[in-house]
Amino acid sequence: MTQLALVIDLNVCVGCHACVTSCKEWNTSGIAGYLTDERPYDADPTGTFFNRVQTFEVGEYPNTQTVHFPKSCLHCEDPPCVPVCPTGASYKRAEDGIVLVDYDKCIGCKYCSWACPYGVREVDERQKVMKKCTLCVDRIYDEALPVTDRKPACVMACPTNARLFGDVHDPESEVSGAIRDRGGYQLMPEWGTHPANHYLPRRKTEVVIQPDELVRADNPLKVDGKLPKPSAKEPALDDVTTW
Amino acid sequence: MNPAFSVILLTTLIGAAQGLFLALFTVEVYSLFDVLSRQDGRTFYAAGSAVALVLLGLGLVASFFHLGRPERGWRAAARWRTSWLSREVIVLPAFMGAVLLYGAAHGFGLSAPEVSIGASLVIGPTVAIGAVATMLAAALFLCTGMVYACIKFLQEWATPLTVVNYTLLGTASGFMVATVFTAYAAPGLIGFFAGWAAIFTGVALATRAASLVRNARLKPRSTLQTAIGIKHPRIAQTTQGFMGGSFNTREFFHGRASGFLRSIKWSFLVLVFPVPLVVLAAGLAWQSVLLLSLACAVQYVGLLAERWFFFAQANHPQNIYYQAIA
Repeated sequence: MTQLALVIDLNVCVGCHACVTSCKEWNTSGIAGYLTDERPYDADPTGTFFNRVQTFEVGEYPNTQTVHFPKSCLHCEDPPCVPVCPTGASYKRAEDGIVLVDYDKCIGCKYCSWACPYGVREVDERQKVMKKCTLCVDRIYDEALPVTDRKPACVMACPTNARLFGDVHDPESEVSGAIRDRGGYQLMPEWGTHPANHYLPRRKTEVVIQPDELVRADNPLKVDGKLPKPSAKEPALDDVTTW
Repeated sequence: MNPAFSVILLTTLIGAAQGLFLALFTVEVYSLFDVLSRQDGRTFYAAGSAVALVLLGLGLVASFFHLGRPERGWRAAARWRTSWLSREVIVLPAFMGAVLLYGAAHGFGLSAPEVSIGASLVIGPTVAIGAVATMLAAALFLCTGMVYACIKFLQEWATPLTVVNYTLLGTASGFMVATVFTAYAAPGLIGFFAGWAAIFTGVALATRAASLVRNARLKPRSTLQTAIGIKHPRIAQTTQGFMGGSFNTREFFHGRASGFLRSIKWSFLVLVFPVPLVVLAAGLAWQSVLLLSLACAVQYVGLLAERWFFFAQANHPQNIYYQAIA
């Protein structure tokens, strides 16, 4: 069984919000209608977004890390928002595991948003139906697009390749490999929702410097083996010539 | 959560209507065994059912104001296999229909068919309809409570006490309404209804207090650490990602200071329980319909506060993600 999902690498996300704007641009132009913006240029703007980038500071000065944290629907394998829907408008597709809302059936009762611990469902202020990330379902299967473009808009937009897209049930996929090799984890595992989206943790970037890398040595590779290694006190070639 | 007045009105009004119906049917069952005197079908049962139907109708109307697309409301009956909300949507009209039938059967004096059990017990169609409606009333209490109790990460709600409180508070307010109603319809029953209204109010105080104590001791299972998956004791949000409002900042937080919440809590603890009981006792002592009505009204206002607090107290884990604007 296929379970499409995003794997988001917190180690390389720079918090540029390109995924936010790209998501908004694609999904407000889609066949399902616009994503409402209310008072976009006034004092109290608000609008419908499927994806947000939040920023957290971890640690205590001076040992702090700024973590940018993109948040969208996690397409849970056991989505708590689906069974509570009284109309069946909220559903999880059997064929690819995407959690979707049928905008024509939704009555806008907001109950599914209460039943989502992650807060990734929003009522559209004008259309009065519940909206959420669709994993760009109108894009990833579009055969009019080149194969390389059949990815969610946020993935296409990410300049640091922090967003990976694929089937987390396929052990050979890029996303499964990333989860395995880089310690991918799920959000709020305590509620048993089994989110399909995973996050890759920060990694320590260390540069290993060997002692001989600190001293300039003539003939460092000892290719001919003839030249004796000068002691560190003797002038090296750098000291006697200008190249 | 941010309390929605449509839902507050819905739950308090239908709770009172269910309690009122249970009060009416109790009298009919008691009178079968000659514990209470038999009441007139038209002026007591039919009129009482009409009052219950008005309350149920008002609740139903209020519920539509919670929907973004009320014209599609009928679709909400589809997923009764999984959704308590869908079950409530089915049981509420079913209960309304049963109360309508019950009132109509009494109003038109429907007496056949009758079934005799033993020598003296004769059960008519109204008792049968009333028994079905009683089961539907119980089912409706269960559904209304479970709509909230089934969301496991809203820890303040995820307890059997939620269902118990909805049932007892609804029944108490319904018997309170029945006390006022009976002052006009059957003054002989005032003491009976007032007594049970006091008993249900007292028991409801115990269970509601139990839920308050339980909720005060709750430890949130979700933390900032589990929310973003970083296991460090010191994490602070720098920005939630936007500076304007959003559904996330409006729907899940009441936006009031904790002092306001405390004042609402003490308001409902005073208005739902002791004040109505004292006014009820005074109304009985002086045989004053005005005082009985006052007791009923005060308790209903208190229940509005109770329901507001019920919603406001629930702390949704998604709020963890929205702690700093910029």
